[in-house]
Amino acid sequence: MSLLSKAKEAVLCLKAGVVTLPYPAEAEPVPQGFRGRPVFDAAKCIGCAGCANNCPAREILLFDRSQEVRVLRYLGRRCTYCGRCADVCPEKAITMSTEFETATNDIKDLRQEIEIFMGTCQRCGRCFKEPGPLEALMMKGYRKDDIGSERWVYRSQSYLDDEPTVRDIEIELD
Amino acid sequence: MSLLKELCKKVFTKSIWVYHANSGGCNGCDIEVLNVLTPYYDAERFGIRLVGSPRHADVMLCQGPASRPTAKALRRAYEAMAAPKLVFAIGSCACGGGIWYDTYNVIGPVEKVIPVHFYIPGCPPRPEAIIFGVAVALGLVEKKVSPVTFKQLEMPIARYHPEDLIEKDGMVVYQRMDHV
Repeated sequence: MSLLSKAKEAVLCLKAGVVTLPYPAEAEPVPQGFRGRPVFDAAKCIGCAGCANNCPAREILLFDRSQEVRVLRYLGRRCTYCGRCADVCPEKAITMSTEFETATNDIKDLRQEIEIFMGTCQRCGRCFKEPGPLEALMMKGYRKDDIGSERWVYRSQSYLDDEPTVRDIEIELD
Repeated sequence: MSLLKELCKKVFTKSIWVYHANSGGCNGCDIEVLNVLTPYYDAERFGIRLVGSPRHADVMLCQGPASRPTAKALRRAYEAMAAPKLVFAIGSCACGGGIWYDTYNVIGPVEKVIPVHFYIPGCPPRPEAIIFGVAVALGLVEKKVSPVTFKQLEMPIARYHPEDLIEKDGMVVYQRMDHV
């Protein structure tokens, strides 16, 4: 009896096949909506410090060498890849790449540094960030009400656009 | 560093046994490390095996920041390991202290307590990233990241000179508008 059950188990195991992924031999595709490390595009960055003000880990550091030179340094060591910096960037200079093979023996390898010239704003010097889902619920910032039929649109601007800025909802639905 | 790599190639030719130390993490990295040992990622084909005691281990996988109550225990576990030993910091907390790096209870990254040889950032890192980190440590692959520095050398736009503002017909006009 036990021999029979063992044979049955062996047949089951042989039927199951190999499930081990061939990762180190060949590249493994990342799942949809995966956020890897952020990549800073220096050509688009305007140095508004929106990312530094919104980083939960406070690891994007700013240093103004003078009135016109600003240094933006991303440390990378305690980044949680939340994508908040990419959400608030008004110029879309930060993109969350799908790069996850970032293991290193020197923690300074993860550093990204941008040194740019700043134009001094003549009016206010402030930067406006796009509304996230929480801000949209709090009904602050810009709204796009339906002017044509004279009624409120109780939604954030990010849902009206073709390209939604909120990716976390898609991840939860998956 | 090259000496350490040569040592790795000599010492870890057969298998590395890892000890899994959590010093105050959220268990996210723990689950990813255990995921590496499942049949899907099957780290035992590389000889990586989880052991229960630091005295049996070659490599210590640290997760979580060094917090005040656990720093001493982490130090003792490191000292209990037989040399040569490597320490991997897995996750943002172990690499840099995590989001709560400056809280009263958190000392900081684990490198403030014990020497760390390899860093695997991520919150939590994927199982593939952990396997990649081990492969980098064993010298099987080269690391793929390097620091990026961008520096603007000249001002991209002409400078605004307030002294060039002149009053004309009751309006303030910029004199060198065509140059800007």
